[in-house]
Amino acid sequence: MTAAHTLAGGFPDISKMTVARQAHWRRWLTAAAIVVVLAAIGRAFAGGQIEWAYVGRFLAAKVILEGIANTMVMAVLAMAVGIVLGVVVAIMRLSPNPVLTSVAAGYTWLFRGTPLILQLLLWFNLALVFPTIGIPGLWSARAVDVMTPFLSALLGLGLNQGAYTSEVMRAGMLSVDAGQYEAAQAIGMGRLRALRRIILPQAMRVVIPPLGNEFIGMVKATSLASVIQYPEVLHNAENIYYANSRVIELLIVAGFWYLLVVSILTPLQMLLERRFARGALQLAR
Amino acid sequence: MTRPIVAIRSVSKTFGEFQALKRVSLDVREGEVLCLIGASGSGKTTLLRCINQLTSVDSGGIWLDGELLGLREQGGRLHRLTPQQIARQRLKTGMVFQRFNLFPHKTALENITEGPVQVQGRKREDARAEAMELLRRVGLAAKADAYPAQLSGGQQQRVAIARALAMKPMLMLFDEPTSALDPELVGEVLSVMKELARSGMTMMVVTHEVGFAREVADTVVYMDHGAIVESGLAADVLGAPREARTRSFLSAVI
Repeated sequence: MTAAHTLAGGFPDISKMTVARQAHWRRWLTAAAIVVVLAAIGRAFAGGQIEWAYVGRFLAAKVILEGIANTMVMAVLAMAVGIVLGVVVAIMRLSPNPVLTSVAAGYTWLFRGTPLILQLLLWFNLALVFPTIGIPGLWSARAVDVMTPFLSALLGLGLNQGAYTSEVMRAGMLSVDAGQYEAAQAIGMGRLRALRRIILPQAMRVVIPPLGNEFIGMVKATSLASVIQYPEVLHNAENIYYANSRVIELLIVAGFWYLLVVSILTPLQMLLERRFARGALQLAR
Repeated sequence: MTRPIVAIRSVSKTFGEFQALKRVSLDVREGEVLCLIGASGSGKTTLLRCINQLTSVDSGGIWLDGELLGLREQGGRLHRLTPQQIARQRLKTGMVFQRFNLFPHKTALENITEGPVQVQGRKREDARAEAMELLRRVGLAAKADAYPAQLSGGQQQRVAIARALAMKPMLMLFDEPTSALDPELVGEVLSVMKELARSGMTMMVVTHEVGFAREVADTVVYMDHGAIVESGLAADVLGAPREARTRSFLSAVI
């Protein structure tokens, strides 16, 4: 029984042989080239006008930590507003009632069609339009007192997000087979119950990856609220560099925190995806 | 035979240019097993869907258990029922779909308890106990916690039958229940349906299984181009059809 052993028809027996490892020399070359480029960029920054000591000093400064906390609070709350609005508007958009459909389409058109920063500025400056706001005879207040940076940012970011999320939700609901809705009707479910129990849970599976995307976008979009004095991390970093002129150092600090938060969010999204993949696990693999 | 559970009178339905039903009239009596046969596009599925109001009729009327479906007569005029009233009328029928349409995010057991718990407001424990009994009846007690994707087509369809039965309908509608199945899985679904027929359930079955119709059906209705061509006792329609169109259809499918 040597290598000379042959199978029927004179073919050699290859079942005992091993497959040689491929060299992949092109991969090694490109990797080496990339390392060289990165090293050059790193060296340029190391020798540039950056006081790394300042980066280290402010990385965990109290004002910066408060800023990133405010960023996260705003991102979570505004996203919650956006998701609730998005679900409601998507349901309206797909309803047989033409009034609801038009209202939903109008909302999406308005809030998606104007820049977010403009919407934030409008909410913050609402007092210029309505000096006092309230319900006639019941309650009223000065608009400047109500429209704090926090509330303006929440309304601006949340309403804008709702317009985008509604389209994501609508796509998710449309991805569910029409037979599912018929089966729900056949066991006596009304439209809203069928949506809540049957359609939306299945839509979630499709919707989570784009929603994760939207949430990461929201974390960074909160930085726009710096223009209306909301004390999120970029706003606080700016305040520090207005005082000490260490512009790049503090921008690096803020950038570090954004990157860290986004890095933590990605595995969280995977957990959520697994939760909503019930009944489809063996298909997803 | 007893009073009609379903009375269809002069029902017409058009989809755009296509006339799916042309003045169809038909009675189904309590305990009767009625098979609808005919080529695709002949209107048999549309007729079935009109009975549980997944499709609305254009003219004519369907009475289920003496109650006009989808419409209410008041002061000499007809008024459309609200979606809630239509949902309530649907509870009298159970529907089994060609493509099963099980809820993929729920287990077999949860698929069956969904209607009784969510729609009929029954206690969860009672609904679960009854669902287990139904799963035993369709031979799938061991698969209670399986998700639809883990079941074969035949098993899914048997769960779908159990899901429809859980609502305690007075009439079961089957829309080509074996057409989407691999040939070796057809038998298990048909035997569940035979058992159901023997238990006295009133059934309307759209099917291409002439053998099943011959064995189980009391009445066979042959439809063509949206109209009933011939109807009568299964043995007569399948064994000695009067109409030439019925004869040529039967010779094509057998």
